[in-house]
Amino acid sequence: MWRRLRALIVKELLAVLRDRRSRFILIGPPLLQIFLFSYAATLDVTNIQMGVLNRDAGRWSAEFLERIDGAPAFRRIINFTSQQQVAEAINNRRVVAVLEFNPDFSRDISAGRQAQAQLLLDGRRSNAAQIIAGYLTTIASDISRDISVSLSGETASEPRTPIASRYWFNPNLDDFWYIVPSLMGTLALLLSLVVTGQSVARERELGTFDQLMVSPLRVTEILIGKTLPPLIIGLVQISAFLCVAVFFFQVPFRGSLVLLYLGAIFFLASTIGVGLFISSLSQTQQQAFLGAFLFTAPAILLSGFATPVENMPGWLQVITMADPLRHFLVIVRGVFLKGMPAIDVAANILPLCLIAIFTLTTAGWLFRSRIE
Amino acid sequence: MSDSSTTQTSATGRDEQSSGRARRFMALLLKESIQIVRDPSSILMAFVLPLILLFLFGYGVSLDATVVRIGVAVEEMNEPAQSLAAAFRGSRYFRVKEVRDRRQLMPLMVSGEIRGIVVIPAKFGTDVSRGVTESQIQVIADGTDPNTAKFVQNYVQGVWNVWAAARGADGAMGLLTLEPRFWFNPELKSQYFLVPGSIAIVMALVGTLLTALVVAREWERGTMEAMMATPISTFELIAGKLLPYFLLGLGSMAMCTAVAVFLFGVPLRGSFLALVAISAAFLFPALGQGLLISSATKNQFVASQAALLSGFLPAMLLSGFIYEIDSMPKIIQLVTYIVPAKYLIASLQTVFIAGDIWPLFAREMAAMIAIGMVFLFLTARTTRKSLE
Repeated sequence: MWRRLRALIVKELLAVLRDRRSRFILIGPPLLQIFLFSYAATLDVTNIQMGVLNRDAGRWSAEFLERIDGAPAFRRIINFTSQQQVAEAINNRRVVAVLEFNPDFSRDISAGRQAQAQLLLDGRRSNAAQIIAGYLTTIASDISRDISVSLSGETASEPRTPIASRYWFNPNLDDFWYIVPSLMGTLALLLSLVVTGQSVARERELGTFDQLMVSPLRVTEILIGKTLPPLIIGLVQISAFLCVAVFFFQVPFRGSLVLLYLGAIFFLASTIGVGLFISSLSQTQQQAFLGAFLFTAPAILLSGFATPVENMPGWLQVITMADPLRHFLVIVRGVFLKGMPAIDVAANILPLCLIAIFTLTTAGWLFRSRIE
Repeated sequence: MSDSSTTQTSATGRDEQSSGRARRFMALLLKESIQIVRDPSSILMAFVLPLILLFLFGYGVSLDATVVRIGVAVEEMNEPAQSLAAAFRGSRYFRVKEVRDRRQLMPLMVSGEIRGIVVIPAKFGTDVSRGVTESQIQVIADGTDPNTAKFVQNYVQGVWNVWAAARGADGAMGLLTLEPRFWFNPELKSQYFLVPGSIAIVMALVGTLLTALVVAREWERGTMEAMMATPISTFELIAGKLLPYFLLGLGSMAMCTAVAVFLFGVPLRGSFLALVAISAAFLFPALGQGLLISSATKNQFVASQAALLSGFLPAMLLSGFIYEIDSMPKIIQLVTYIVPAKYLIASLQTVFIAGDIWPLFAREMAAMIAIGMVFLFLTARTTRKSLE
């Protein structure tokens, strides 16, 4: 039995690795992506181009602009001279935000009266706009505190906000620490579905699957033979991503390597199960691909990769429990940054295990039922 | 029929030659259209897949943290501390787990059950009653997800401000205030920009995937070569492939728009004409990319992967859909210029929630058509070359 199984595994590995182009697909694009997307996927807002319509010649608007210039969030300030220019620039998306000062802005402040500056924001990019509004409000309140200090001439009575903030696990809120481990899981999901999704469907299209079924191999052996090679390929890929994450992006690895690999094995088993399940349901490669995609896109969206699961409506959160990537992301992020203990990892491995058992047995059952 | 027309064209004058060409082209169009209608997988890709994706995007992707689970450690029971804890419980942004000792909360933070910890220290009650604010409230947020961590900090600050103002602790308003006004989207609904963005991603996927897969299958089966052996020119062949999928893409777009407007309640403030023009301009590069992939790979497996990697993922990550392009490193900003979805997202967000701004549309459409032309030119070259 072992000899038979080994022959099948070697054959499956060859089927994937022999073709130059599919070999490339497994190595080139994933590496490119982990670099490209790690740099691209930041929710931070920096380097923004903003506009100013300054009808005030006094010192306070100048002070305000000087502080904006010093902030890393803003790259350039464009001066406008009329309302019409402002509207045009926002409409055409040249700037996200425009700050507007009235003629008596500085005069009001010097006289101790309330002064208001208008901030126009592009609601089409409401996320970035909100963050920019936050930055500018902070600058405004900083200035008004400085003004009141200089007006009253005292410094001690300053009411400080009595809130001390700290961030655990990622003290500087480094985006790489968040995105790189998450990309590891996401790319591993994509790739394992790529390898397995086609495996049965292609053989069916070519007619070689029938040959496999009439060989002395038992269904469980075929199932193992179809599961192990992609598992090996997946583990190699995850190891490569791990090296890139730790050595290139310098993401701290605080947990246990054993736990991570344990999680990875169960994660890959469950995604391979899904792939084989889809593949054995399909008649052609095209159907298999579509099926794999119909699974992948929701799996990524519902995993908490781009937006947290907690933000989703309750009924959708229930559905996410069936998503292997969701559980694996908790494990990867947890093991990397939090040094997650075994008990928490196990709590996330359990659902992976259930998904794997369900999909793999169904796939095996489908192999057989399709023959009869 | 095609045989007789070829012999005719070689013999007769220019007029008949062009009418023969038109007939040939119509026959080609008919063949492609029948192929689409007969093949359930193209209908699935053009109408069912977009629906599923749009639902997922519409409900699943939201940048507004709605309810965050936090832990509040009240280290000493007294009136101010309890009142502040009650303020946290009352906030609609938090679901609060209240304990007496912060150490109880730490394992919950590791397992991901809570996203932040607020510690109200033992001295807090007496300090507030004496009117000083020396003891600090500690906020510890889970930094593994920086975005949620910032939300936690801001919301805690917000709860504190309201609580402190209600107590009259410090009500002094600054001299300088900002009055933010959000154009186009005053209520700041993130669905307003996410749904048009999702349509762009769905279209990028459908346009590219559809053509890439279908045409790659023809290459694999050898029917493409059979087509090339006919008198049809490369240009006609490409146009004949494009046109039916172009119409299919427009139909898919119409459906997405209906879902966005009627189901998600996104306003369509621009004109229908602008929407059609934008979609048409986008289908150029999307279909062109699909054709290029299929004729360069000639293999369904490789084509499907290439379509995913070069169509779907860049459209999602490099288009300004979720992540601001301005904030990316310079090199990656350059890469985004060749992602057609970037231009579609800018135009769709505008036509949906801002209205008709033709200078912007013209700029973005020109970019899309230019990219499309490059793809089609490359396709024509690889298609011709492959026969030699």
